[in-house]
Amino acid sequence: MKLEITKYLLEKIHAHGEESYPEEVAGFLLGRAGATSRLATEILTFANAREDASRRNRYLLTPQDMLRAESKAEELGVDVIGVFHSHPDHPNRPSEFDMEWAMPWFSYLITCVEEGRAVESRSWRLGDDRSMFEEEEIQVS
Amino acid sequence: MPTLRIPTPLRPYADGQTEISVQGKTVAEALGDLTTQFPELKKHLFSEAGELRAFVNLFLGEEDVRHLQGIETPLKDDDMLRIIPSIAGGNH
Repeated sequence: MKLEITKYLLEKIHAHGEESYPEEVAGFLLGRAGATSRLATEILTFANAREDASRRNRYLLTPQDMLRAESKAEELGVDVIGVFHSHPDHPNRPSEFDMEWAMPWFSYLITCVEEGRAVESRSWRLGDDRSMFEEEEIQVS
Repeated sequence: MPTLRIPTPLRPYADGQTEISVQGKTVAEALGDLTTQFPELKKHLFSEAGELRAFVNLFLGEEDVRHLQGIETPLKDDDMLRIIPSIAGGNH
C-alpha cells in the first residue's frame, strides 16, 4: 500500500496544519486509486465543524462537506481517496477515536504539528475487519 | 425499486457499484436488502450491537432521515437514498 503525493501538496497540508495550530485542521485528498497504490492530485479543506472547545483534539467534516468533495472529484474526473488531518502536539498515529470513526479504504494522512511546526506526516488505512489501522508508505514526488 | 447511492470508500464492498437497486418500503428494509446483497458492507454501516454507526448519514433528497422518521422513513419506488459519511477524528 502506497500513497503518492507531490511535495507541493504535502507542503500545503503542512501549512494548513501550522496555520490552524493549536486547533486541528482536516480536509479531503482527491486523486486516482489503483489496486495497491494511489496518487493524490488535489486537496480540499473545509472549516472544522466542531464546537470551539474541542477543536484542539477533534475534527468534523459534515455530510455536506463530503458531498461537495464528491462533486468536486467528479468534476475533475478523480475520486475522493482519503482524508488528512493534523494532531497538534500529539503523535501522528491514529487514535481510538480515529478508528471508531474511520471509513474503510480511505487513506488517512495524519500530520504531527509540534509547537506550531508541522514535523512529519504518516498515512494509514483501516483494515477490512475494522480492528486496526495499517500504515502505508508515503512517496513524495 | 428505490436506489441507494454508495459513497466512494464503501464502493469496494459493493462490487465497485455507485448505485444499487434495493427492495424495501422503508429505509430500514432498504438497508437490510443492501447488506443481504453485500454482506461485507454490514460491519461498516452497523456496530456490533446492530446500531447504525455514528458516521453514517442517510439522505433522502436534501433531507437527513433523522429529521424525517429515522430508519422507519417510508421509501417510494423512485426514491434515491444516499449514504453520506461524516468524517471525524482527533488525537485522543
